[in-house]
Amino acid sequence: MSGTILTLFNGLSLGSILLLIALGLAVTFGLMKVINMAHGELIMIGAYVTYVIQSLFLKYVPEPFFDLYFLLSIPIAFLIAAGFGILLEVSLIRFLYKRPLDSLLATYGVGLMLQQLARSIFGAPNVGVQSPSFLNGGLTIGTLVLPYSRIFILSLSILCLVAIFLYFYRTTNGRRVRAVMQNRQMAECLGVQTRRVDLVTFAIGSGFAGIAGCALTLLGPIGPTIGTYYIIDAFMVVVVGGVGALVGAVVGAFGIGFFNTIFEFFTSATIGKVLVFMLIIAFLQWRPSGLVSSRSRVLDE
Amino acid sequence: MLELENLEVGYGESIVVRNIQLKVKESQVVCIMGRNGVGKTTLLKAIMGILSPKSGSILFKNDNITKKSPSYRAIKGIGYVPQGREIFPKLSVYENLLIGLEASGGTKKNSIREDIYEYFPILKEFKNRNGGDLSGGQQQQLAIARALVSNPSFLLLDEPTEGIQPNIVADIQRVIRDIKEKSKTSMILVEQNLDYAKSVADYIYVVDHGSIMYESSVDEIKDEDVYRYLSV
Repeated sequence: MSGTILTLFNGLSLGSILLLIALGLAVTFGLMKVINMAHGELIMIGAYVTYVIQSLFLKYVPEPFFDLYFLLSIPIAFLIAAGFGILLEVSLIRFLYKRPLDSLLATYGVGLMLQQLARSIFGAPNVGVQSPSFLNGGLTIGTLVLPYSRIFILSLSILCLVAIFLYFYRTTNGRRVRAVMQNRQMAECLGVQTRRVDLVTFAIGSGFAGIAGCALTLLGPIGPTIGTYYIIDAFMVVVVGGVGALVGAVVGAFGIGFFNTIFEFFTSATIGKVLVFMLIIAFLQWRPSGLVSSRSRVLDE
Repeated sequence: MLELENLEVGYGESIVVRNIQLKVKESQVVCIMGRNGVGKTTLLKAIMGILSPKSGSILFKNDNITKKSPSYRAIKGIGYVPQGREIFPKLSVYENLLIGLEASGGTKKNSIREDIYEYFPILKEFKNRNGGDLSGGQQQQLAIARALVSNPSFLLLDEPTEGIQPNIVADIQRVIRDIKEKSKTSMILVEQNLDYAKSVADYIYVVDHGSIMYESSVDEIKDEDVYRYLSV
């Protein structure tokens, strides 16, 4: 019994981590169709921002307030990653909107450059971030201990998801974004400034990568190549979920999370991962456009 | 109000319309007629800024807008109802109308003029449906309403009654006539039906092979001259 609950919780937890790292990509790749291979490095930037803020707090802020660093790093990681996103969009991606293969290669190069930048500044070895004390320990249910950090990431990813939904479906800016993604030319003819919409949307997607990086510091040490571990998973979530649909990313993330945990439970970590990949390959044969397909008759024309 | 000077537009290497001289005065309705494929839609797309002309110039309200973006022109007061209606399929009817407000910069109030719903009551009834779920005729009404909500001073209507059931055609024609009478909106209307064109327009241009072959005010128009270019 407790084993089942633990497996369920682990699946939920893994799903929420996947969701958090894929949310930003669901915006830039899912909605805007930009293949941004540097997305993993934006996650890395978020993680290092958390590390820097933590170090500053260790040095300059009195001990009792140390825990506040983490709450502060979430918005700052968002802003700095979004800033890098803006830089990337203005200097590179806007020239490549209609050339997905070129943008794949170019952003891959940018990713390598950012990795090297991190290596030059922070050194090649991984660095550890000390978790805030309120996230140490766990919730005890019977014989089970559910770590607070995992519960925190779960809540954070749900919070981010709600924020993105509200932004896209309840605000004027979100409505503009949806209009531009559905019919760019007509939106332009009605007075929507499509350049600004592109820039802001890309910045938001990048910002959420920053938040994901911030959350990853709770799970283990971080290094310059942390992004490359997660970028494949992130793309997988978006592709399985269905490009262009945020709901798809949610289903994709938790689906992959659960299957991964269940397979791992019965086999080993490696075989579990292999089985998940095989399942995804089979699934994409059956539904090439993902779980939630945003295509309609009008969009196909 | 709008002046096209020696306009030449095409796609890639091929030139579709050439040597266009056209003038629309304040609160004047101008009809463009012609067979399919002579360049009427191309001409409208160039005025809206979707296609950039190879040569010539477009003057709107004494401003040379030849090289300006479509959104600049929309904000300047040009409303556009394209041939394919181009409704945002996954936005609700109401959201489609709100996007129409972008050009007037008045999106903060989120207010749609009531008289829009008087013209097209169906849009109020279907407020929360997805634009893509409407029928062709309803989409056409939505496309016209979407262009009207920002109070444009100039309207481009590309065959607004094409492929639509007769009673909605009558509705749309009544709305166009109403706008002409009530507001000072200037219009370019692409139309195939000469009788209707004569009933609503002040001036008519007939296009063939990408050039204007005949033009006349409605008072002095000779039907046989028009039919020469319209018959197949």
